[in-house]
Amino acid sequence: MTDLSAFLKELISLPGLSGHEGSIREVIARTWQPLVDDLSTSRLGSLHGLRRGSGLDPRPRILLSAHMDAIGLMVTQVKDGFLRFTQIGGVDPRILPGQQVTVHGRQDLPGVVVQPPERLLPPGNGDKTVEMEHLFIDTGLVPADVARLVRTGDLVSFAQPPVELAGETLAGHSLDNRASVAAVTACLDELAKTRHAWDVWAVATSQEEVTLGGAFTSPFDIRPDLAVAIDVTFAKGPGANDHRTYPLGKGPTLGWGPNVHPALYKAFKELADQLDIPNSMEPMPLMSGTDAMGLQVVAEGIPTMVIGVPLRYMHTPVELVAMKDITRVGHLLAEFIARLEPDFVEKIRWDE
Amino acid sequence: MSVKTKTPQAPVLDADSINLLERLSNAVAVSGDEGEVRAIVLEQVKPMADEVKVDALGNVLVTRKAKADGAPRVMLAAHMDEIGFMLVDEEEGGLYRFATVGGIDVRQLVGKPVWVGKQHTPGIIGARPIHLTTREERGRSIPLDQLRIDLGPGGKAKVGDRAAFATSFRQIGPSLVGKALDDRLGMATLIELLKHAPENVDLHLAFTVQEEVGLRGARVAGYTFNPDVAIAVDSTPAADLPMWDGSENGKYNCRLGAGPAVYVADGATLSDPRLIRLLAQTGDELGIPYQFRQPGGGGTDAGAIHKTRAGVPSISVSVPGRYAHSAVLISRMEDWQNTVNLLYHSLTRLNRDLLAQPR
Repeated sequence: MTDLSAFLKELISLPGLSGHEGSIREVIARTWQPLVDDLSTSRLGSLHGLRRGSGLDPRPRILLSAHMDAIGLMVTQVKDGFLRFTQIGGVDPRILPGQQVTVHGRQDLPGVVVQPPERLLPPGNGDKTVEMEHLFIDTGLVPADVARLVRTGDLVSFAQPPVELAGETLAGHSLDNRASVAAVTACLDELAKTRHAWDVWAVATSQEEVTLGGAFTSPFDIRPDLAVAIDVTFAKGPGANDHRTYPLGKGPTLGWGPNVHPALYKAFKELADQLDIPNSMEPMPLMSGTDAMGLQVVAEGIPTMVIGVPLRYMHTPVELVAMKDITRVGHLLAEFIARLEPDFVEKIRWDE
Repeated sequence: MSVKTKTPQAPVLDADSINLLERLSNAVAVSGDEGEVRAIVLEQVKPMADEVKVDALGNVLVTRKAKADGAPRVMLAAHMDEIGFMLVDEEEGGLYRFATVGGIDVRQLVGKPVWVGKQHTPGIIGARPIHLTTREERGRSIPLDQLRIDLGPGGKAKVGDRAAFATSFRQIGPSLVGKALDDRLGMATLIELLKHAPENVDLHLAFTVQEEVGLRGARVAGYTFNPDVAIAVDSTPAADLPMWDGSENGKYNCRLGAGPAVYVADGATLSDPRLIRLLAQTGDELGIPYQFRQPGGGGTDAGAIHKTRAGVPSISVSVPGRYAHSAVLISRMEDWQNTVNLLYHSLTRLNRDLLAQPR
């Protein structure tokens, strides 16, 4: 059994920014290794873990996708010992002043994002947001050392260490979407003790936050019969309480909308209710904002499902998840897979 | 061949000095609740002091006598308190509304971990996900009333508890990095000067409370000590960053790496010219780097002390620090050492003749 909490803490202590997932892939591979029959890396950097089923060859395949890449920053200019930067993925500039970061230069350098005093900013900025182009990173080093160690294009990751909060919750950066990597791992743990007919492809996808590159390409190699995207969704909390948000620690969401095959939604919904796993329907009227957008349209198309782990303060370095929701998702996935009959795909139908 | 003369040696900051600064920086002492830092001060000063007392407001007042009678009475003040937060309302599910204590830019709060209460219970201040915001909304800063301290579901604290940024001190290259270096650097400086006390002056050290909310501790400490001169030892902002448009930054206040910042005038005090001369001459003659802080606003404990009783000739000396009143401050080790050097040697040169000169 994987110590899920320790594993997740390790995952959120690593960078692995979109397009540069090497460090995180290595840790996931190490953890998945005893749980799968085969491990490989895709051309765009996704990690593929194959756990063979007990059914007759050729077995149907299900793909579980959780993106492992993280949002972050990238150096655009070295200026008098300070670094200007841009974003990798969606970063609200308002979360940045005072954040501790790691600058991945010729060596890893600790740093802090700083908001210059008002008198150094464009006149009239006042107490409005200071735009990202006017923020700096200060490494604490003298300008000559900064110039020697840092170049334009160097990556910058958040350095916020994991923090355990009350109610068996965990806070930190990149829980979007490493919480879901942990959920897939929990599923693999459970499958190791269960008979399942189908082949299971656990995929930690790359590049989701920027291009969905992993999700668009991994299914092409694998050609799954079904795909499930597991990603975080908005938990209710300060600043987020409308209909697009779901209670923290009260179970996963099941996506419903054009990215989701309705028969798969129905199957997951019935199973979750049967297992007494609390769940909410998450309407996704246009698109899901997850790997499902890629998975669904690969090759001749794949019936796809979206499962959400509620998370507070998404895309900040203090994202917050409930461990219970992660284990619930892992359990739901494992139970679903264990119940898959060899002819499940032939039986799913579009209601006309 | 060499003639050995005994010249006084300024304290050399070592690993012990940095360990003490680390303990002070990591301790939480929001204005009005300075107990955690006060306990460290009392432990440090008791073995070396002639007299220690904690006054009615919570100041720690330490006296170390000169070798001879009639020595000048010199007060050094450094504040124990830091900016932070107070929980003001409990909501459901471990969420707390909070107020800021001291001058904090609300834009510095978002996405930060905090320590709450005496147990340093971990909490976080989050923000609405970027996905649920509009471009227009992101152009406005998030007001305090939309922020909460989140302890996690079921997390408990008490309304009235204080909280501070959860930043652990560390050294990075030439820099000291941590929270509340304003004014834990000043406090650590005073403790170094007590450990290596000049013998020609009566040292009166005030570790003051409530500086960040109105110089309250300094006012009564100044009255109690009734000193001949006073020096506030603080941290002042180094705004030595590039200007947004690449033009010359003429408003840097002071610069990191250029030595202690000597005050001629700030928003609260016109420094005593005799003390300005003493510090400048000491620095010039001994080759100790120092800089004059650009005159302007702001203030230190000197603002209260110099107006106590019939008046106290006063000045401030600060260790330059970037990003004051935020989660992470950056100062330079060499600036701290030079601050200790400048103060130590200036004190050894301080005598009644200086004070007999007209102001």
